[in-house]
Amino acid sequence: MTQPQIETTDTKASAEPIITAKNVEKWYDNNFHVLKGVSLTVTKGEVVVVMGPSGSGKSTFIRTFNALEPYQKGSIEIDGIQLSHDLKNIDAIRREVGMVFQQFNLFPHLTVLQNVTLAPKWVRRWPKAKAEEVAMQLLERVGILNQANKFPGQLSGGQQQRVAIARALAMQPKVMLFDEPTSALDPEMVREVLDVMRTLASSGMTMVCVTHEVGFAREVADRVVLMADGLLVEEATPAEFFSNPKEERSKKFLSQILH
Amino acid sequence: MTTTTPQFSAPPTRQTSISAWAKKNLFGDWFNTLLTIVSVLVLGWVLTTLLSWAFTSARWDVIPSNFKLLMVGRYPVNLLWRIWLSLAVIMGLGGFSWGVLSRDTRLLDRRGLIMLGILSATLVLVLALLTDPVSIAISLGLIILLVGMAFVGQQIGRVQPQLGTWLPLLWLFGFIVSYALVRGLIFGAPVRLDDFSGLLLTLFAAVVSIVLSFPLGVLLALGRRSELPIIRWLSVIYIEVIRGLPLITILFASQLLVPLALPGYIRTGRVVRALVGLTLFSAAYLAENVRGGLQAVPRGQTEAAKALGMNPVLTTSLIVLPQALKAVIPTIVGQFISLFKDTSLLTIVGFAELLGMGQTVLANPEYLGRNGEVLLFIGLIYFLCCSAMSWASRRLEKQLGTARPTVLPPDVAGEAA
Ligand SMILES: Nc1ncnc2c1ncn2[C@@H]1O[C@H](COP(=O)(O)OP(=O)(O)OP(=O)(O)O)[C@@H](O)[C@H]1O
Ligand SMILES: [Mg+2]
Repeated sequence: MTQPQIETTDTKASAEPIITAKNVEKWYDNNFHVLKGVSLTVTKGEVVVVMGPSGSGKSTFIRTFNALEPYQKGSIEIDGIQLSHDLKNIDAIRREVGMVFQQFNLFPHLTVLQNVTLAPKWVRRWPKAKAEEVAMQLLERVGILNQANKFPGQLSGGQQQRVAIARALAMQPKVMLFDEPTSALDPEMVREVLDVMRTLASSGMTMVCVTHEVGFAREVADRVVLMADGLLVEEATPAEFFSNPKEERSKKFLSQILH
Repeated sequence: MTTTTPQFSAPPTRQTSISAWAKKNLFGDWFNTLLTIVSVLVLGWVLTTLLSWAFTSARWDVIPSNFKLLMVGRYPVNLLWRIWLSLAVIMGLGGFSWGVLSRDTRLLDRRGLIMLGILSATLVLVLALLTDPVSIAISLGLIILLVGMAFVGQQIGRVQPQLGTWLPLLWLFGFIVSYALVRGLIFGAPVRLDDFSGLLLTLFAAVVSIVLSFPLGVLLALGRRSELPIIRWLSVIYIEVIRGLPLITILFASQLLVPLALPGYIRTGRVVRALVGLTLFSAAYLAENVRGGLQAVPRGQTEAAKALGMNPVLTTSLIVLPQALKAVIPTIVGQFISLFKDTSLLTIVGFAELLGMGQTVLANPEYLGRNGEVLLFIGLIYFLCCSAMSWASRRLEKQLGTARPTVLPPDVAGEAA
């Protein structure tokens, strides 16, 4: 059972799609049907916020975009590259898609600078000088330049998450995925991370963010989608979604997070 | 309420008087007191017996007369300079690494300096009882080389901090050079490996099997986690079979069964076969220790590496292994220490390594009944070598710990603290 796709009257709707997920279905351990046919199209430069109750499959869904999770049915195409079921084009796609995790997942045995330059040096095969130059620019952009030679363990959570963003950006991805980037942070550090994400969005980066930050969604998102029980329940502009949700499930969810 | 504030404004000064300490730790309650008294009595009895034996009835002349034999066995006397030279290579490297690793701290604080002084003085004193003045002079020279190279290493390390990552390679190179020196591969007159004996053979067997079992153990640990069932099963079978066998059976098999099983035209040296046995044995245990470290690395680390487009080889070598190995340094060093001691089992299969050489000395009618003297001396050498290893490991851990503080994973952080 697939949800009817809701057409949005967004200005970018006519633009070129960069992520096309069609009827993605996934089972965990061959029995738990976690994604029950999810379709989503994201166009270049668009910011999509994914919301939904815990366990609804949000993380699983966006992790299929860079093949961290295999899926069994349906199709996903990223920037014209087909992510086939046998995971053929994984490397090509992972180079185009950056990801930021809830738990930062910085490499604790490397300095901030080494964290950011590692993949460009070893995967993109950039010379050290170029990798470091790009890294320094990115660290400046996220406001961590003066901490470049510290180890992740010496930074606050907010700083670590900003380094993680810089690390993902260093590969110069075309799409950025965020999986609850602020959920593990103390309240006073949420803002500094959201600010970085806001700047990133306004620079034209295509972003898919799982987040429950309503303020961020209202201000930055082009579209909000709601997932529940492995299905995409509603898809709308933030204004519409937050003030006038159509689906019963969305109303219930919003009443829980807005109160 | 106000009266309580001043009480807590300054941390209470700790009473460190000996009597207070003893009262708390030795005579806390009647049971503790009893334990203390019994221990003191037993310890006193053992010590007085041992000391009175050592200073009255023991005849120590057996040690100096056989000192060279115990150290380097039957190594040709006129070629001993090669051993000194290779020792110099090792000492120089040791000092250099020490310097590079302490590039951000003081090399020798006052305590370290005093310790070094006491150690050198003891060394000279002991050697004076055991050997000739030339050897003493060279030993002192080696200590000076060690400290000198430490300062050099520190200076170079400050300019080139990335040198730290090259140290293992440097050591490998150093080992090969000193091996070539001792074997006489560089400067003529080769000495056969099967003619190695004494402490020389003990150290050689320990170092080679440690160095070789390390990569093998890491590969086995990775193999045990491989996604390919064949590799996984082969690793599991290897590890479990070896861990189910006593080392002594493996050594006997290497000495007695392997030559029978091999076709006649393949000749293998006895020492080489023993080394293979020790290495294969140690690798299985190392694999299990490393596996523990691999499990301590959170899954998020691999996911982050994958998400950055790193392939499995890069992920393992740059992200997972460095963290896993650092977490298990103490365990691995512990294992190497026991491997070092296990080389004494070579005596049983007929080698004249340190312990075996002791037996040879004792078999000499001239030194009949000197078991106490010889075994105590040999025990002391084992003890010194093992404490040196664990001291070095603690230093290494401290260096890595201060240079690279970690938050993740918590259990690893707990060990480093
Ligand atoms: N590796 C796994 N094996 C089996 N089940 C899993 C696995 N990972 C997740 N699940 C299950 O799949 C469901 C969806 O998980 P997912 O993490 O995608 O949810 P989510 O929407 O991101 O939730 P949250 O808001 O808590 O992060 C959950 O019920 C979870 O228990
Ligand atoms: Mg999630």
